[in-house]
This record gives sequence, structure tokens and C-alpha cells, in this order.
Amino acid sequence: MKALVIGGGLVGAACADALARHSALNGQRVRVTVLEPGPVGGGATAAGMGHLVVMDDSPAQLALTARSLHLWEALAPALPRQADYHGCGTLWVASDDGELAAVEPKRRAYLAAGREATWLDAAELARAEPNLRPGLAGALRVPGDSVVYAPVVAQFLLERAGAAVRRGAVTELRDGGVRLASGETLRADLVVVANGIGAVSLLPDLPLRQRKGHLLITERGPVHVRHQLVELGYLKSAHGGDEDSVAFNVQPRPTGQLLIGSSRQFEQPDREIDWLLLRRMLRRAAEFLPALEQIAALRIWTGQRCATPDHLPLIGPHPELDGVFLATGHEGLGITTALGTAELLSAQVFGTPSGLLQYDFTPARFDRVPEPAHA
Amino acid sequence: MTAEWEAVVVGAGPAGLMAALTAAQGGLRVLLLDAQPAAGGQIWRGAAAGQRGKAGELLRGVASHAGITVLSGAEVIAAEAGGQSHTLTVSAEAGLSHIHAARVILATGATERFLPFDGWTLPGVVGAGGLQAMSKGGLDLRGVRVVVAGSGPLLLAVAAGLRQKGARVLAVAEQAGLPGVAAFGVAAARLPGKAREALELAAGLRGIPYWTDAALVRANGDGQLQSVTLRRGRREITLACDFLAVGFGLVPETRVAALLGCPVTDAGAVNVNAWQATGVSGIYAAGEVCGIGGVDGALLEGLVAGCAASGQIERLHDSPRRAETQRRFQATLERSFALRPDRLPSPSPATIVCRCEDVRHGQLQGFTNWTAAKLQTRCGMGACQGRVCGPACQTLYGWRFGGVRAPLAPLPLSQLLAEPNTLSPP
Amino acid sequence: MPELTLEGVRATVPPGTTVLAALQNAGLSPLRHSLSGGARGALCGMGSCYECRAVVDGLTVRSCLTPVREGQDVWRLEVNCDG
Ligand SMILES: Cc1cc2nc3c(=O)[nH]c(=O)nc-3n(C[C@H](O)[C@H](O)[C@H](O)COP(=O)(O)OP(=O)(O)OC[C@H]3O[C@@H](n4cnc5c(N)ncnc54)[C@H](O)[C@@H]3O)c2cc1C
Ligand SMILES: Cc1cc2nc3c(=O)[nH]c(=O)nc-3n(C[C@H](O)[C@H](O)[C@H](O)COP(=O)(O)OP(=O)(O)OC[C@H]3O[C@@H](n4cnc5c(N)ncnc54)[C@H](O)[C@@H]3O)c2cc1C
Ligand code: FES
Repeated sequence: MKALVIGGGLVGAACADALARHSALNGQRVRVTVLEPGPVGGGATAAGMGHLVVMDDSPAQLALTARSLHLWEALAPALPRQADYHGCGTLWVASDDGELAAVEPKRRAYLAAGREATWLDAAELARAEPNLRPGLAGALRVPGDSVVYAPVVAQFLLERAGAAVRRGAVTELRDGGVRLASGETLRADLVVVANGIGAVSLLPDLPLRQRKGHLLITERGPVHVRHQLVELGYLKSAHGGDEDSVAFNVQPRPTGQLLIGSSRQFEQPDREIDWLLLRRMLRRAAEFLPALEQIAALRIWTGQRCATPDHLPLIGPHPELDGVFLATGHEGLGITTALGTAELLSAQVFGTPSGLLQYDFTPARFDRVPEPAHA
Repeated sequence: MTAEWEAVVVGAGPAGLMAALTAAQGGLRVLLLDAQPAAGGQIWRGAAAGQRGKAGELLRGVASHAGITVLSGAEVIAAEAGGQSHTLTVSAEAGLSHIHAARVILATGATERFLPFDGWTLPGVVGAGGLQAMSKGGLDLRGVRVVVAGSGPLLLAVAAGLRQKGARVLAVAEQAGLPGVAAFGVAAARLPGKAREALELAAGLRGIPYWTDAALVRANGDGQLQSVTLRRGRREITLACDFLAVGFGLVPETRVAALLGCPVTDAGAVNVNAWQATGVSGIYAAGEVCGIGGVDGALLEGLVAGCAASGQIERLHDSPRRAETQRRFQATLERSFALRPDRLPSPSPATIVCRCEDVRHGQLQGFTNWTAAKLQTRCGMGACQGRVCGPACQTLYGWRFGGVRAPLAPLPLSQLLAEPNTLSPP
Repeated sequence: MPELTLEGVRATVPPGTTVLAALQNAGLSPLRHSLSGGARGALCGMGSCYECRAVVDGLTVRSCLTPVREGQDVWRLEVNCDG
């Protein structure tokens, strides 16, 4: 069997790896070629925060993230040191009693999904993270969450898969293959569309939108935090709607640097820094971590999340094109969910079992049926 | 719009000073800003306003012109080109300011090219121009032993300057061959007014061995430089010294230009036309940001840019001829000191290439471009943001440095948290 | 002439001196240690290499771009906690 994976981001790399591993396990030979015009992991994969996090906005999301975290734990020992995998856990910080009320249902949901979650009261939170401002109500601690540097993982998975990486952009999906920018066509039994937001240039009707985010990394400095810190408000108010939003989200890098997020903006397809929004984002972070005032920003960048209307990825067969599968639309969770995505995709392709099959991630769940573009 | 400057000049070296003065003479209201604590650029840094000659005249002229506002200690960290009005964001002790300008003249000069070799990270191994700058900043060099190595005419200026400050310059080791260096000497002496300067320089260098065809092998020491090993022909020579002042020519500092979208030549310089105009409307560039050519070329280009920005075309009657002479000189300079791979230091797999993140030569082999290497190894991800390892990787591996992004320098978060002010003309 | 403290020791230096030169003249070397523990000193002298960073009055600055001023309190970066 010959498989083409379009896109060398983490999702494409994980899919290539899962397909190759199936062939190793089942004796069915699958030759995987990944098509990527840029550096491996140079898209959203390089722009993202690399927080491996269980989220429970919907049962499907909870199942996908929880399964993915499990797969990350299994992968971790094999990862190279430069992948910076680090099991720091997450603290969902509650500022007031209103947010506190959200903690218990969240904790139960996590436990039910097999993920440990414990409640920290105000004093325990202050002990766990002395740099947080005083007066916070408490936090939900999810010790199994981690952080990772995704471009290195993407490269590692491609190497482990033994996948051939070809430089070049796909311009068109064709019956039984793809056409490249060079004009060349490649034939395959299976085509996986895993090129993030680039999928809309191949399939313009896909229900995908870009959602821009800003990130800032500090210098190595004297301010330390131990967990990834996220405000509980992140779930409900902060990033719920369509307006520009910011939320407190700070990650300790194994290098001793802090990675600060997060912002969300629809319909801002550029890479420019929005200095006003950045300031809002940083002020939000400094409200929780006042010591940020004392350190220096090293770099600032933006990235585009690739979002679907229901905030769940598109994983599964294209409703009309034979042999074409999608793996895109991971919004702000594609680093986390790349591994679960790959497992599910492989199960769909080969008919192997997966607990994730009971949830509907298939593109067919949307009314609008994607059509191929003719370049 | 009242909040807009008629012209902003970035960089207060010879080119920027000349451009600012000329533009102000042409009636424009000019803001001249520079990251250094005082005007003067790399060559005249520090308190030179009292000195005689061209430097003093120019510095006094700028300081006393009512149409010029000088802002030192102000670094441009972000820039955005607009159709009519361009915006620069500047970081200074007082915080961030936005500056709006109809015209921008980029005179950001150049930085030294450093190449990695064993021992180059030891304290005591410094840039050639770097040691000159440190000495101008007050570093006491009396009785200190210095070896100068690398390539380019700057090595000679530095050797003479250091000796004048009391250093014992043991040798100048140039990778270029004698014929090239001689051709450069002849070309330099032919430039108007240069013959005398050349003689003075020669006097300043008397007694210092000048070795052409010399390769730098390694710096030795444990926690501090103790000696340097050079190769001349087949012979290796080790000289005990306190400083190794090393540089392999200069690289145009094009970061602000890149943020503004100005096209750059293959050689990495900002592309300008005969009026020093870049490809972006309202944006000019002058001096070594447009190519390495020394202080006289920088002054000339500053004059042209200042005239062009303020519409004083009549002042430029003989500049095409002068520019032609300058261009020929620049071409000879490039040819004479072209880097020769067999004379360049060769890093070993364990040699650090990226000093901020300690990424080694062995880790970087096998990549085909800068971005891929950066993503996989962290090369260029540290505080200098590739200013040192970018040009080094270009020479070593042929990668084109990419991905210039605002902010151009690390910034205190306190500056980003505070409301920026807008710096308007008086 | 400005008087400042270099790692707790008083020093008088001529005006126009950079903090870098003050540190160097006082023999305070290395200026920092790299991630893998190597000793480092200033390299470029002009603000681009970031090897010369020091803590002046509580703020990390490039010492080669920072002029000395009366009363400054200057420290080198702590071993292994810089960048
Ligand atoms: C600011 C921000 C913060 C984030 N934080 C997190 C986080 O903390 N945790 C988390 O789990 N997720 C996070 N994410 C989301 C995560 O980064 C993405 O969901 C994930 O990287 C998607 O991976 P991908 O492989 O689908 O896409 P990409 O990494 O974008 O890869 C797609 C690849 O396809 C290539 N391509 C495009 N067009 C073509 C074509 N025509 N032919 C061939 N190749 C093509 C591209 O060059 C690219 O390399 C964040 C995202 C952003 C923007
Ligand atoms: C370290 C060094 C030392 C040198 N020493 C000598 C010497 O001793 N003798 C000699 O003959 N030649 C010397 N040169 C060469 C000399 O600089 C050039 O020949 C010529 O003077 C260049 O003039 P310029 O105006 O183009 O640029 P420069 O004199 O380099 O001036 C450029 C100015 O732009 C400023 N700048 C750059 N980016 C920004 C930004 N983002 N924001 C704000 N300001 C910015 C810099 O701080 C600098 O002051 C030296 C060069 C270097 C790099
Ligand atoms: S010595 Fe390079 S930044 Fe100061």
C-alpha cells in the first residue's frame, strides 16, 4: 500500500508514524511519503505552545485529549532530549468563588476519563506556586498534563516511521493521487490531508477558519513557576465567543524560560503583532503573576490555529473522494491531540479497534460537503 | 498630521549624522536616533564632539542644528511601513515610544562577522572592531598583549588604534593573500585625501608584524584566553596573549530594513538606487547597511540620502562621479579580502556555533537551511537572536539567515505592560 | 568622576566609561557562564552579542551600551541562571 501524507506538521508526522507502525505490526506493507514545502514542523507546530492538556469542553474532546495524553506518556521515554518533554502538570487557577464552582464538575469529568485531578485550596495553591498573586481562590491540579517542544517530535516521528519526506506543495487532489506545484503527479492508495489550514486551498469548502494567537517567550530569568498555569476563566468566558480575547496561560520551559499566552482573534490571517492585544494579554498574565514585571521578553510571535465550528478536528474519510482522509482542524489542541488523531485515523483506515471510534470526528458531520478544488 | 516627523534617521554613525544634517539643511524636521549612548557610530563613538576634523565638525553641526532632535540610547525594535506614514517603535530607558514619519533614512551600519573556531568562546577572545569599541569605552589596554586576526582593512585600523592606547600588538594575521592586500592598498591610496591617511596608518603600524595568508587555528586557555595558535604556510605559531581581537569583515545590519520590507541584495545589503532610495516608498538607506565601504562612502551616501529625502537635487551635481569612485573602491575591497575557505578557521564537531544556546557545529551538520536547523537545535533562539551565529552559519553552511521578527531586541516586560507614548516633533 | 559599586566594591571611573569597561578594568571575569558551563566574556563591544549583560540597579542590561553613572550598583549575571 502506498500512502501520501500532505503536510509535515505534528499531525502529519504522527499520522505517518501510525501508518508505518500498523504495517510493522500487521505485516501489511505501507510505504509512507510525506509532502512538505517547508521545514518539518515549521507551521502551526512551531508556533504553538506545546501544552499537552486534557480539556473537557465536550465529551468527544475529553476522550480525544485523555487518550492522547495516555499515548504521550507511552511515547515519552523514546523522545530525544531536545523534545523538552516535561511532565509539569497543569494548574487551573480559580480567581474567585464563581470560578471555584466550576472545579468540582471538571474534577469528576477528569477522573471519569481516567485522568488524575486534585483540588488545591488557596493556601495549598500559594505553596505550590509562590509567585502567583495572593488572594486566589484555589486551583484544580492535573498532574498528568505535560509540555513538549513539538517540531523536534515531528522530526523524530518522521524518522521513526521511516517516511520519505519530499519537499514540495500539493496543489490539487486527484483521483488516486495528488499534483505537486512542480507539475508532477504522484499516485497513492491513500492520501491523508494533514496540512493544517493549508487544507482549504485543496478543499475550499471545508468548514475551517483561522484563529490567530500571540505568544511571548521570556529570557531565562529569576521568576520560576512549576506547573503550566491557566485561568479557569479560559474555559468559559475568555475564549468562548467570536470577539478578540485574552487569557492567563503561562508555561515553564525546561530551559528556565516562561512561555506566555494566550490570545484569540478570528479573521486576522496576517503574522503581524497586534501590540494592543499583546499588552492586554500580558496585563492579564501579570495580574496573576506580578513578578513578570521583572523579566525580559526574548521573542514574540503569532500563529494561526485552524478551527472548526464545533472546535473538534476533522478526522476521517472525505465524504466523496475515494482514498482521501482528513486530519486537520485541531485549533488550539493539535499538539496534544496529534497522537490520538493518528491512532483514530489508522483505525479508520485499517479497521482496527480504537475507543475513539465511538465519537464522531468525521468530516461528514457537517452539512456542507467538501468539494475538491481544481487548480 | 502634526504628530508626524518629516524625517527619522536610524543610526547616528557617519552616514546617519550626514543624512540628518543634510536633510535638516534642506528644511526638514529630523529625528536622529541611535541605540548607542552617544552619537558617532562605530568609528567616532563616545565624546568626539570636541575633536578637530570632519568628525567634530559633523557632530557639532548636528548638535547645534535647531531642526534636528537627537535621541541616544534609543533602539528601534519594531518597524512597519505604511503608504504615506511609517511607524517605528523605539525602546529606551523611558520605555516604548511610537514614532510616525513620512520619510525614514536607515543608517544602521554593520556588525562584525565572527566565525567559530576552537576556543573562540573564551573570555579574552573579542571582536577586532569590538576591542576597538571597548577601548573607546574606557577599557584600559596599557601593556596588554593583543593578537589581531581575521580579515579586512579594519584589522589594520584596529591594530593602530589599540597600539595608540598602549597595547602591545604582537601580530596582525590576515587570511587574504599578499597580492589582494597590495591591490587594496593601491586602490585606497588613490582615493582623494586617502594617501595621507594611509601614510599615517602605516606609521601607526610600524613594527607590528602583518602576516598575510595566515590562518587562525585555535584559541587556548582554561576559563580565560592564554594564547592563540596561527598557521602560516605549514608552520603553526602559538603566541601568548591577553586578547585575541578577531573579525572576518563586516555584515550590513539590515534588520530594521527587513521589517520595513526593503529588498536586500544577494550579498545581504539593502538595495538602493542612485538616490539611496530603497524599494519601499519614502524609505532611504545610507552607509554600510547598503554595503561595506568605509567611512568616506558612508558620508557620501548620507549626503545623497539627505538631499534626496529633502529634495535638494542641485547639491548632488558631482556625486555620481564620487559615487563611481567609491563603488570601484568597494569592489576592490570585496575582491581583496574575499574569504578563502582554506584560510578560514575550521570548527570541530564540539565547537560551539550558537553562543547563546550552546549549539555545536556537530549538531548543525546535515541541515539544509536556517529555519530547519533553528527548529531542531535552538540555534539562533537565544538573546542575540542570530546576530552572531546567523552570519557564521551563512559562511559555514551557506544558509541564508531568515526570520527577522519584532522585537529586534529583548525587552523588559515592564515596557510592554506600560502604555507606550508617542514621540512627536516639538 | 562617577563613583559606583562593582559587586559591592566602590570604584571611581572616568565619565564616558561604559559599565563593561568598568567591569573589565576591575578584573571581574568571566562575565557569565554559558548553558553548558563555559566561562564567557564580552565579544562584540557594540550591543549585538549579549555576552556582556550585567545587572545594573536591578535591571539586566548590555553593559557595553550602558554608560557609568553616579551611584550605580553593578553585578555580573549569576552563574547558570542567565541566557
Ligand atoms: C498560538 C498557538 C498556541 C497553541 N498552543 C497549543 C498548545 O499549547 N497545545 C496544543 O496541543 N496545541 C496548541 N496549538 C495548536 C497546535 O499548534 C496546532 O493544532 C498543531 O500544530 C496543528 O498541527 P498540524 O500538523 O495540523 O499543522 P501545521 O503544523 O500547520 O502543519 C501543516 C503543514 O502542512 C504544510 N502545508 C501547507 N500546505 C501544504 C500543501 N499544499 N502541500 C503540502 N504541505 C502543505 C505546512 O507547511 C505545514 O508544515 C497552538 C496553536 C497556536 C497558533
Ligand atoms: C565594532 C566596529 C568597530 C569599528 N571601528 C572602526 C574604527 O576604529 N576605525 C574605522 O575606520 N572603522 C571602524 N569601523 C567601520 C566603520 O564603522 C565604518 O567604516 C563606517 O563608519 C560605517 O558608518 P555607518 O554610518 O554606515 O554605520 P555605523 O557607524 O556602524 O553606525 C550605525 C549606527 O546605527 C545604530 N543602529 C543600528 N541598528 C539600530 C537600531 N535598531 N536602533 C537604533 N540604532 C541602531 C548603531 O548603534 C550605530 O551607531 C568599525 C565597525 C564596527 C562594526
Ligand atoms: S559586548 Fe556584545 S552586546 Fe555588549
